[in-house]
Amino acid sequence: MSETKERPGMGEIKERTQFQIVRTRFLRHRLAVGSLIAFGLIVLIAYGGAALWKYSHTDITPDNSQPPSLAHPFGTDSIGHDGLAQVLRGMQQSIKIALLVALIATGVGTAWGAVAGYFGRHVDNLLMRLADLVIILPAIAVAAAMAAVGGGSWWSIALIIGSLASASVSRVIRGVVLSLREQDFIEAAKALGASDLRIITRHLVPNALGPLIVNATILVAVGILAETALSFLGFGVRTPDISLGLLINQAEGAVNTRPWLFYFPGVFIILIALTINFIGDGLRDAFDPRQTRMRR
Amino acid sequence: MIAYAIRRLLVSIPVLIVSSFLVFAMIANSGDPLEALRVTNPPTPPETIALEAKRLYLDLPWYERYWVWLTNIVQGDFGPSVNAREDINAEIWSRMWVTLRLVLLAMLVALILAILVGVTSAVKQYSKLDYTATFFGFLFLATPSFWLAILLKELGIFANQADGDPESRIFFTYGERSVFLEDPTAWNQAVDVAGHMILPTISLSLITFASWSRFQRASMLEVLSSDYIRLARAKGLRWRKVLTRHGLRTALIPLTTISALDFAGILGGAVITETIFGWHGMGQYLIDSIRTRDVYALMAWLLLAGAIVIIVNLIADLLYGVLDPRIRHE
Repeated sequence: MSETKERPGMGEIKERTQFQIVRTRFLRHRLAVGSLIAFGLIVLIAYGGAALWKYSHTDITPDNSQPPSLAHPFGTDSIGHDGLAQVLRGMQQSIKIALLVALIATGVGTAWGAVAGYFGRHVDNLLMRLADLVIILPAIAVAAAMAAVGGGSWWSIALIIGSLASASVSRVIRGVVLSLREQDFIEAAKALGASDLRIITRHLVPNALGPLIVNATILVAVGILAETALSFLGFGVRTPDISLGLLINQAEGAVNTRPWLFYFPGVFIILIALTINFIGDGLRDAFDPRQTRMRR
Repeated sequence: MIAYAIRRLLVSIPVLIVSSFLVFAMIANSGDPLEALRVTNPPTPPETIALEAKRLYLDLPWYERYWVWLTNIVQGDFGPSVNAREDINAEIWSRMWVTLRLVLLAMLVALILAILVGVTSAVKQYSKLDYTATFFGFLFLATPSFWLAILLKELGIFANQADGDPESRIFFTYGERSVFLEDPTAWNQAVDVAGHMILPTISLSLITFASWSRFQRASMLEVLSSDYIRLARAKGLRWRKVLTRHGLRTALIPLTTISALDFAGILGGAVITETIFGWHGMGQYLIDSIRTRDVYALMAWLLLAGAIVIIVNLIADLLYGVLDPRIRHE
């Protein structure tokens, strides 16, 4: 599997690592590559653009409630904040939170699922019942209640969403580990005297890397949708800070009179979540080509 | 099967108790529910505050308060609300009905749409229709539910004003029913409630249907390439019959699992949808109880939500047995 014929005439065979195979397959997925570039651009614009743009998100300009114009491409709100500067700041915060959500949920969920799947029996039972606790409750309700207690800063919101999301990650990883556990190479490692920790970190997790990375990617989209929803309800990022969800919350009252304040943040949430989902889709195909049937 | 159902429900009781304990511990230690009383001007008499604290069992340590709450729950009493004029029991049951009819209808619409679109996409793989469905699936998957709901609400208002007559109305954009009905017969009330449900149901089901149709497409594709479908074809069965009787029945099993697992998420989505359309449902109740630190109201909310999710998942489990005769619950 890991070898291909490079030049058939010469009979020379070049070895490729799994990473190279996955990379080649991913690069063939045009939509995913395009999305990766688009997402990179969005991040670049959010951070670089905010540094270059003449207004900062805290600036109050004399023009208030202005529709989009050359001076204010995204218009201004009723106080006089520049819309573009606000959206850029919102993007920074929302992207930052979403990435941290994916990191926390993947890290915690992997450890949780791997331990449950590897040890099985009582440990598995206990850990999966714990996951049930989280999964039976509507996440947004629990997140809102937790954020009302300990929320406020951007990282605490990421921590709340990330830890709630880790429960479903743990289920995925547990499933993968359960099927890997019975295979011969694990038994071989055990026979050679490898410790449980070593088997989990060096044999199980690396073999579960495919589903793990795909899951982590999708979690970025889940994270941004969760954070903006929480901020929209008033339990996420709070004023004076800005998130894309909070901007939509503030624009809700005047969608008719100042539509630009409502549409621009929403379009950017969609763009970010959409590109992330396409990247995840491309990665899934690259890691597990069995799921794609006959690419034309 | 009934014994299985009862056993499953009994097993879930400890899960509910443990999660209620964790939530209670978190919320009870998070702040003072009487803060609003303490900062009034002129100041509230200390006797009033003491009485309020006693009414809410705040004079007990939090773990004893949890025990009092638990013994009340067993007797069907959700405990006192921070708002002394409000009875949690009466409030939450009426609100639950308002929310459940939205959630269940949205789920039904999403399921029908997902099966129709998913199966058609799979049967006509790589056709224009498949690409269109895939595009909208990805689009709705990336759309924040609150943004879509506001958009639909604005579209509804726009449609209402389009004919220039502010009195006429096509869509209801606020509340779960009209506050005042001229002729409140049962029929008119039902029509009024149904009219208010249109836009919230669309917005909730569009978001939900997106991932389900992708899922249904994948499971249908898998089934269609299996040997028994080829056999059914080879025996000369009509294609339509192969699809509906042989293919679809098996391909519905994964969707049953996923839709039941997603139920908690739809309930969460309803919180957002209700907030935007100004419904007096469980969504508003949740947000109010978090804002006012109304522990018992929040606990009642989470307990009911958890119980509903457990029941829905049980129904899904029982449905497997119907869809797939190989699965039997003893």
